[in-house]
Amino acid sequence: MKKAKLNNNNVLLLITIVLFAAMYLAGCIVYAGKGFTRLQTFLNILIGNAGLISVTCGMTCVMLTGGIDISVGSLVALDCMMMAVGVEKMGMGSPVLMVFILIVGVVFGAVQGFCIAYLEIQPFIVTMAGMFFARGMTAVLSTQQISITSDALFTKLAGTKIEFPFGGYVNTKGILQVPYIRVTVVVALLVVLATFFLLNYTRFGRSIYAVGGNQQSAALMGLDVKKTQLKTYILCSFLTSIGGICFCLNTMNGTVGQATGLEMSAISSAVIGGTLLTGGVGNVFGSLFGVLINGTISSLVQTNGKLISSWANIVTAILLCFFILLQAVFAKVKERNK
Amino acid sequence: MSNLKKLTKMRLFLPVFSMILVMAINVVYDIASGNAPFNFFTISLNNGVLYGRLIDVLNRGSEVAILAVGMTLVVSASAGTDISVGSVMSLTGGMCCMLLAGYGVTNVSEYAMPLWAGIGAGVLIACVCGLFNGFLVAYMNIQPMVATLILWSAGRAVGLLLCNSQIVYVRVASFQKIGAYVGAIPTPILIAAAVVAIAALVLRFTALGTYIQSVGINKKASRIAGLSSAKIILLCYVICGLCAGIAGIVATSRIYSADTNNIGLNMELDAILSVALGGNSLGGGKFNLAGSIIGAYTIQAITTTLYALGVSSAQAPVFKAIVVILIVVIQAEPVKEYFKKRSAKKAVEGGVQA
Amino acid sequence: MENDVVLKMQGICMTFPGVKALDHAGLTLKKGEIRALMGENGAGKSTIIKCLTGVNKFEAGEIYLDGFEGPITNRDTMDAQSKGISTVYQEVNLCPNLSVAENIYIGRAPLTKFRTVDRKQMNARAKKLMEELDLNIDVTANLENYSLALQQMIAIARAIDMDCKVLILDEPTSSLDDREVEKLFQVMLNLKKKGVGIIFVTHFLEQVYAVCDGITVLRNGQLVGEYTVEELPRVQLVAAMMGKDFDDLASIKPEGGEIGKDAPLVIDAKGLSHAGTIKPFDLEIREGEVVGLTGLLGSGRSELARAIYGADRSQTGTLKVKGKEAHIKEPIDAMNLGMGLLPDDRKAEGIIGDLSVRENIILAMQAKLGALHKIPMAKQIELADQFIEMLQIKTASRETMIRQLSGGNQQKVILARWLATNPDFLILDEPTRGIDIGTKTEIQKLVVKLAGEGKSVIFISSEIEEMLRTCNRMAVLRDGAKVGEISGDEMTQEGVMHAIAGGDSNE
Repeated sequence: MKKAKLNNNNVLLLITIVLFAAMYLAGCIVYAGKGFTRLQTFLNILIGNAGLISVTCGMTCVMLTGGIDISVGSLVALDCMMMAVGVEKMGMGSPVLMVFILIVGVVFGAVQGFCIAYLEIQPFIVTMAGMFFARGMTAVLSTQQISITSDALFTKLAGTKIEFPFGGYVNTKGILQVPYIRVTVVVALLVVLATFFLLNYTRFGRSIYAVGGNQQSAALMGLDVKKTQLKTYILCSFLTSIGGICFCLNTMNGTVGQATGLEMSAISSAVIGGTLLTGGVGNVFGSLFGVLINGTISSLVQTNGKLISSWANIVTAILLCFFILLQAVFAKVKERNK
Repeated sequence: MSNLKKLTKMRLFLPVFSMILVMAINVVYDIASGNAPFNFFTISLNNGVLYGRLIDVLNRGSEVAILAVGMTLVVSASAGTDISVGSVMSLTGGMCCMLLAGYGVTNVSEYAMPLWAGIGAGVLIACVCGLFNGFLVAYMNIQPMVATLILWSAGRAVGLLLCNSQIVYVRVASFQKIGAYVGAIPTPILIAAAVVAIAALVLRFTALGTYIQSVGINKKASRIAGLSSAKIILLCYVICGLCAGIAGIVATSRIYSADTNNIGLNMELDAILSVALGGNSLGGGKFNLAGSIIGAYTIQAITTTLYALGVSSAQAPVFKAIVVILIVVIQAEPVKEYFKKRSAKKAVEGGVQA
Repeated sequence: MENDVVLKMQGICMTFPGVKALDHAGLTLKKGEIRALMGENGAGKSTIIKCLTGVNKFEAGEIYLDGFEGPITNRDTMDAQSKGISTVYQEVNLCPNLSVAENIYIGRAPLTKFRTVDRKQMNARAKKLMEELDLNIDVTANLENYSLALQQMIAIARAIDMDCKVLILDEPTSSLDDREVEKLFQVMLNLKKKGVGIIFVTHFLEQVYAVCDGITVLRNGQLVGEYTVEELPRVQLVAAMMGKDFDDLASIKPEGGEIGKDAPLVIDAKGLSHAGTIKPFDLEIREGEVVGLTGLLGSGRSELARAIYGADRSQTGTLKVKGKEAHIKEPIDAMNLGMGLLPDDRKAEGIIGDLSVRENIILAMQAKLGALHKIPMAKQIELADQFIEMLQIKTASRETMIRQLSGGNQQKVILARWLATNPDFLILDEPTRGIDIGTKTEIQKLVVKLAGEGKSVIFISSEIEEMLRTCNRMAVLRDGAKVGEISGDEMTQEGVMHAIAGGDSNE
């Protein structure tokens, strides 16, 4: 009976984790001289991808219902621009802006969710329009790159290092370097935990799985499918806005071209983490590892220093291909066993 | 009233209606800003080539129109979209220019190899991309969006690799001509027309259309009835790749350079939008090629109109988004039903009063 | 409302575009009563049930439910459930990716004091519930790990647990074997004792008389009448459903149905198999012969036919078609050898829903010709009209989408698709399932006629009677293997049943 629980989906997650470990270990061996073995390298991956982690959590939820949200990258850009314009041009305080950004996220998600759930328009089309809209609105706010410098609290948040009591080393100049993470990492990890809890231990979370498993059945079992979808898209945009703020804390500026392609990074992270685009299967821890794998690849390419940056994209694509094929093979085996 | 209803039920109603709407906005704008009312439609000869906003729409819309042909088939057969086309366009451009200029060279005024070989290799690699996508979708049963996501991210990256992360210029007249003019007519218009005509003829004189729709509606049943669903889906993806290749060559020739980072950027979205605007369901099945083509030019008309109205290219997406949403909302089943109910109610009330 | 009546529907009217689906239909259900809802296809059974559960919005009529003042309306299935009306549908409507327990409790899972899902309690309750049904399974495993029959029982468990006043079972037995049906009946009788009113929709007449108290008959969307079982014996029930005297079913087979050994072999299969579904088998079929494949559901009867046709590629053995060795990889290969397969799952493998009747009819023929040889439109129209006329397909026009037709007419279109290819050998897998008695007889007659023209047929059906009427010979399958053949005098109801059941009679 216990054996049945180690199903294909768990195996996929396991492979993802093993792969991440193997890749990281390989990096440690090959680039040991370049400091890849340091704890900070790993923490930097977390810091660099804090925004993406939060966005991917939202994306995972939407994908679990069998939907997709390709507006997330543009929404992140809009969030950053709102923060930049708000602080620099309008002199608003960052706490007010953060609340405002989250509210915009909820409204944005609600409009998209309404179109998808109640007007029954395909998610891809709706969120594509959302993507255009958010990106265009970013340009309407400003077509220039605006750096955020004048908000003390925001600058402090961005600069705060949460230091580790261990793992330090002395660098060549003789200064002690202590491993640290940033506030954004804490936020991102909290988002992962909260999303995990939501998906597994609340009625809403289970409804997401049910809707993704079989929408018609879910409706016939008396679940409010439309409401579940609406709430999921709101959740996604909300988590994306949290991610947007984290992203902004990393980059400290707003520009039109920000976070282009972030939606695809989020989708590929979720897929590598074992989420099926058909819905119903997947979890946020897998997605977290998906992001980490993507981050490790970029980090490896950067550490190498000689490779063109597009190698990171190519390797990610190959990995994506590998995972997709793996999922397909598992699905075939399952079919045959029936 | 009943005539109006018949009209709105026609398959081409939506794309044609949106096209007319865009044109009407142009007329209103021109009158308001004191231009000749039909400025939009005015075609003049300037330096021996055709000139005018309409020509501009037809010219600039060529790539999307070519992509729309392939995308329509892919959507119909596999109930999914090929999101790699923009990336494949870029790869095609990179491949073509790299061969014509030689690897690592960034600026040439003479071919390193014959033009046909460069273009041929570019289009070929696009077809191979189509084959790869098609294999994943048809034989590995992977959802089209995920399958094409691989090349979406890898295609452009490989293009960059081929061009050594640089912009490769090919300043040779015969290459530039593809994106310029034949006599007075912009070449891309002719190429798009040829692609559309060939597609239309093939669909008219073979049973391919029925095959594709049949597979798109019910794969299993089609197989039992003797169709090779997998082969048909594969074929659609290869055709889509071919279209992306042709569009890529056109886009590259326009700027006579392989600007791999920007060629075909977000083009997949325009192509998908064309298909949806054309009244095709993205859920696959029945398709309407004419609708997609009109949809493609409508999107270009919207873009051109926005530029004419003085909206910057970065801000234009806001309006595009609003247009998209308006169009799909009118088309949405629940909305249609709502209006049907309301008009029925009105008819009843009217009847009582009469 | 009368004392013991739990549900009363009256004067229900509802129109689909162009069709009056329900015309003053109704139904009365008493407490602790099992009432069969009977009618031919298109009589309005599903529609009236959907009106009751809130899926369809009806235009006129009232629904009264015990415990509610005045007529009620259900906004949706959730609303209906909350009022005590639960439904178990024909197709299992559960989520394969959730655990058994979750499928039972989704949307109403027990909560802890922190408003989170109490998995422990949920699993315990689900386990207890399944044990009450004599099913000892792991309720934490995903539903997809269990057989269709078990999934159906889980769906019923879900409905039972919701303290319903009215339980609707919409053809629940079509995917269950006899043992499981028996278990289901026990459950139904149990619920009846508890005072639950059950609406039982089924095609199987014997089941009606085995378990029901009352019968409500619909025809063409109208209420024919409501009866007790005693009032309405079998023949009169059929008459009420059909509204006409139907043909004498026994008289369709021509005299001297035996096919001589000298007739040429059309199919000669030796050792064909498909891993996991059908073990190696031999089968010979002669010209003009109708061979029945019989066995319980899941015995491999469909799979045997599919292995011959190449729908599931055979991995072993040899197949000779008309004396020549054939290598069939895909259905198209079989078609080119003159075969055709009418699959049992009409919706999933038969119809191309959004294509017109015309396109559906010419599809197989076009597939044989290849994409480059398009059948001219004039010829397509001619063919379509010819078959619509010949098989009396009821459709608004030849350009109507096939999914708008009733099940029986869809089946006729698929049949026309194969007849258009002029096959020598046709496999008909459950050609009469879920269609009305009138059409059933027509199809049976057609099979006999085809055989008379020298065509060979494999006929698969779960109704033994029907097979006895049409087949010359029958192959018996059990547990994924062909276990024997019966012909001549053995071809009686008892003979076949003995063969299927196995044991001495077969060795």
